[in-house]
Amino acid sequence: MTTLAAPAAPVPATADTSVPPRPALAELSYRMLLYRRTWRRTLIMSFVNPLLFFAGIGIGLGRLVDHSGGDPLPGVSYLAYLAPGLLAATAMQTGALESGFTAYQSLRMRPTYRAPAASPLSPADVLDGHLLFNGFRILTSCLAFFAVTAAAGLARSPWALLAPFAALLTGLAFAAPFFAGGVLATRQGTVQGMFRFIIMPLYLFSGTYAPVSRFPEPVRILAYALPLWHGVQLCRGLTFGTLSAPAAAEHVGYLLAVTAAGYAFARHAYAARLHD
Amino acid sequence: MIEARGLFKRYPSRGGEPFTAVAGIDLDVRPGECFGLLGPNGAGKSTTMRMIGCVSRPTAGSLSILGLDAAVHGAAIRARIGVVPQDDALDSELTVAENFLVYGRYFGLGKRVIRERTTRLLEFAQLADKADQRVDTLSGGMRRRLAIARAMINEPVLVLLDEPTTGLDPQARHVLWERLFRLKREGVTLVLTTHYMDEAEQLCDRLVVIDGGQVVDAGTPRELIERHCTREVLELRYDSGDLADLAARVRGGLAQPTETGAAPSPGVQQALAVRERVEILPDRLLYYTDDGEAALADIHHRALSPATALVRRATLEDVFLALTGRTLVD
Repeated sequence: MTTLAAPAAPVPATADTSVPPRPALAELSYRMLLYRRTWRRTLIMSFVNPLLFFAGIGIGLGRLVDHSGGDPLPGVSYLAYLAPGLLAATAMQTGALESGFTAYQSLRMRPTYRAPAASPLSPADVLDGHLLFNGFRILTSCLAFFAVTAAAGLARSPWALLAPFAALLTGLAFAAPFFAGGVLATRQGTVQGMFRFIIMPLYLFSGTYAPVSRFPEPVRILAYALPLWHGVQLCRGLTFGTLSAPAAAEHVGYLLAVTAAGYAFARHAYAARLHD
Repeated sequence: MIEARGLFKRYPSRGGEPFTAVAGIDLDVRPGECFGLLGPNGAGKSTTMRMIGCVSRPTAGSLSILGLDAAVHGAAIRARIGVVPQDDALDSELTVAENFLVYGRYFGLGKRVIRERTTRLLEFAQLADKADQRVDTLSGGMRRRLAIARAMINEPVLVLLDEPTTGLDPQARHVLWERLFRLKREGVTLVLTTHYMDEAEQLCDRLVVIDGGQVVDAGTPRELIERHCTREVLELRYDSGDLADLAARVRGGLAQPTETGAAPSPGVQQALAVRERVEILPDRLLYYTDDGEAALADIHHRALSPATALVRRATLEDVFLALTGRTLVD
């Protein structure tokens, strides 16, 4: 018969058990292990859908736009115009969905936060690990989308190689506050509402499909105030090599500020929800 | 192991009085014992367990676990205890072995150590042949054993089990009890909550009865039974007639008739030493007496013969009824 205790000790030893040195990595490695099981399921949402939008709207609508003389950017096809916009929007989509919904799920539906919450990890460690994983998800889906558009010859500048990383920052600016929203929501409808009333309108009115300057002033002001427009500007400016240093600093600074504020909010929310 | 003094937990409720889940609980758990928290649903057992597990902060009171202050050393305490939550909290999409791997990493263990312990723990849980199966293919009893084995990954000296056998069939319960006995024999301190009296009697060295967020009484199962009950209980069922009226007539044979139905406070109860008494349940009368057969003979003699009668040993269920005036099964 085997025993549970270490062979020499009548009482199980605890000397080698402690708080892990980099606790967030324990949560990250769990998420990665799970992802190896489930990555196929995520392909549609984070890769196929953006490409369908890109091909459907970019090629179909692009033909109309290009022939009507309504060029959003002089000398640039609509397809080329749309590509960086969709890159930023894809980052937002993955960032918000992956955090808002999985955070809600991990707390309430498939309570996978329960195990780390009972371990030496702090709620902040759990958040950090999950955030790192989402960063990975955002970056990989953006790199995949970027690779397709670059292969189609739509990257016009060496700076374009930085666009997926600008998109990552855009995604994180959504991920951080959506983590907070996800664990604070008590009903699934609340999380769905966040997508319906925040993400969808942003998708349409943040310069992804058409320049913001074409919209009425209230919409424009709202677009400037929210992160996606800044992400779109960054990605588009990098793709065409037209981004000025001050503009870049402004957009990056804004996105960093939103990410930081969202992260602080999420730390607070995790502390309250994982350990009451 | 655990020392709690005046433990309170209040939850704020939207636009109302804060909800008090635990209202001043004192606990002393000694090394190596199996300690039970017994009470109906909503009594505050799980909240107390969450506080001991350092995932819930007491609103008031002091709590020391393994000699460490729970308010300060939460992470260090969590690193040294094992927790088996009521709903297992296993990852059903992963395999059995992967669940150990993930959980072991939360405790800072290396891959090799985890693999070696997993083999040992799966044997303990009688799941050695299930290592590569997904958790969602396991039965309820297997999952619960897996959850207990997983909680042992950090070789804890103290294991908390929240309703370990709720929802299991009788056979699975017995297998689980046997495993818990083994843990105890190896020197692991167990704290469990249950609303099953037989479980508490089987497993617990000492226990507290909790009701309404407070400890109603504490002691060994035997002590509690002796303090609040007679040695035997005579269960009387009648086909017809008013049970309250029948109770009064049965009670007529007692030396000291007592009021039943209401729940006297434990202090009063002890002072009165109301051991011999008759309780009215919806479907039967419980006649508490040290000699069930003699009492039954007396009842027959007084022409109060029931349709069926049963003499049994007093159990914790009877203690609970005596302490709170209600049965646990409702």
